[in-house]
Amino acid sequence: MSATATTVRTRRRPPRETAGAPLLLGHGRLPRVLAGAALAVLAALWLVPFLWAIVTSAQSEKDVSTPGLSPFKGAFTLDAYQRILERGNVSVWAFNSFLIAALVTLITVVVSTLAAYGFSRGTFRGRRALLAVTVAAIMIPPQLLVVPLFEQMLLFNLVDTYAAVILPQVVAPMMVFILKRFFDGIPKELEEAARIDGAREFRVFRSIVLPLSRPIVAAVAIFVFIGAWNNFMWPFIVTNDPDLMTLPVGLATVKDAYGIQYAQSMASALLAALPLIVFFLLFQRRIVNSVATTGLGGS
Amino acid sequence: MTTTAPLGTEAQTGPPAAGAAGRRRGTPRRTRTTPGAGFLFVLPFLLVFGLFMVWPIVQGLWMSFTDSSLALRDTSFVGFDNYAEALGDPDVWSSLGNTVVFTVISSVPLVLIALAMALLVHSGLAGQWAWRLAFFAPYLLPVTVVTLIWTWLYQPDLGLGNQLLTTFGLEPVGWLSDESVAMWSVAALTVWWTIGFNFLLYLAALQSLPPTFDEAAALDGAGAWRRLWSVTLPQLRRTTVLVAMLQVLASLKVFDQIYILTKGGPNGSTRPVLEYVYDVGFTGYRLGYASAISYLFFALVIVVSLVQLRLFRQED
Repeated sequence: MSATATTVRTRRRPPRETAGAPLLLGHGRLPRVLAGAALAVLAALWLVPFLWAIVTSAQSEKDVSTPGLSPFKGAFTLDAYQRILERGNVSVWAFNSFLIAALVTLITVVVSTLAAYGFSRGTFRGRRALLAVTVAAIMIPPQLLVVPLFEQMLLFNLVDTYAAVILPQVVAPMMVFILKRFFDGIPKELEEAARIDGAREFRVFRSIVLPLSRPIVAAVAIFVFIGAWNNFMWPFIVTNDPDLMTLPVGLATVKDAYGIQYAQSMASALLAALPLIVFFLLFQRRIVNSVATTGLGGS
Repeated sequence: MTTTAPLGTEAQTGPPAAGAAGRRRGTPRRTRTTPGAGFLFVLPFLLVFGLFMVWPIVQGLWMSFTDSSLALRDTSFVGFDNYAEALGDPDVWSSLGNTVVFTVISSVPLVLIALAMALLVHSGLAGQWAWRLAFFAPYLLPVTVVTLIWTWLYQPDLGLGNQLLTTFGLEPVGWLSDESVAMWSVAALTVWWTIGFNFLLYLAALQSLPPTFDEAAALDGAGAWRRLWSVTLPQLRRTTVLVAMLQVLASLKVFDQIYILTKGGPNGSTRPVLEYVYDVGFTGYRLGYASAISYLFFALVIVVSLVQLRLFRQED
């Protein structure tokens, strides 16, 4: 896990005159300054929308509607945040988002790791054909399924329930594929020893394969969680009850209702952004590494 | 599906690792693994896969041949009528055109700028985590949050965009109201929002490159630019192919941010094909017709991915 991190650290301060000079930059001072400047400009471009939103959210609606570029036109106030929290919807939606994303992640990870293990070690007939169908399903855009899935939910009488939001999201052929590839790489000798000692398949899976696969399972969980937290189209279509909406859907329904109240709309945006930003700060290294481990990065 | 096939049968057809299993064939212990083992592991997945993926795919295909509607419960088979209608529907063509334009103007910067970001961050300047956070953070935001923030930036009188322009004495722009500008505004938002993922893919690839080639080139006296062009970029080829392919497929599927930001306006100029599917199905209640359009679109996506695969294979 820490291999990549170490690489970063050693490259940061390379010995001045050796061949391992950092990419792009020579030994001279000028390229370093130019690269730093380019990086700073890009980073500023990516941060300005956040900063502008933060500044806007901490002013009164009246001050926001005064033209002018200066960041603070009036006094600093948390009034907008207070109003939003009083209204209560945002916290209900955040709770729904969290509950739904957590359940989607839990179910997806359990179902997908089991399936990946079955596909990797299983001996049942039709295994290869089923795996091929699963891999082919990666190509299918989820939006293609929206219309028939909605019909299906009508049929099952599930429209406007948590189940309707959650269930269709737990099918993750991509994750099954990624996990299967990882399991394939685990040497089978370890399992053999356990089997000879009389362990059953599930026991082998749980106490040998799974502990060895922590990083990849974590990576899959992180990506499923982010995906479910940010999913818009499906929850938007299948929920009408405001008490069941997720954060993205709920905010979209009130976006127009906010009208000209930009301080409040920025405050709600930032409140909604906060959980995943904290999440990233906590799991930063793991997220970055997971991109590499899932096999998406690298060669 | 449960089967009685003995383990040995599997060993012959299995993946390369099956060689090990074959060797084990002699040990009597092997019989502890029940024949057909592993199916129970796959079963839960097959269940949800069948219910929520295979069924809707088949159901959707069937619906595309009917006049199925949200308003009326009885439906009848109409053959290829929906498909014929879709091919002659100017809204299908214009929304397809919009989708293609969006895909081009978003994918190119999403690949090139992400590459530049990763190279710069990887070049060894201090503050790694801060750069990563700056570029990746937007990717973590829910789509509505992104569009709320950008709606405010694009606001005609008070938004940052026009405030900046007027400060420099330029004419304000109708970011979301001018038909010739709106799609670019949507693309800018999308680049800002989603570039973090491509950036991370490139960064991970750069970090996994063996430094040997680069070192050798440096010893031979190759300058920084020379090494970038002749050593690093060629080594990133496979990653670039992957990023470009994933990006094109992702851009073709655009819906969320456009639906919230412009509802497809002004005057349909930003409406992508998936929004048209949504409009037809859920606002116009014509589920059968909506299905037919989504299947036509899916056919297009498959063609695009096959063409991409071919293009990149041929180059190799």
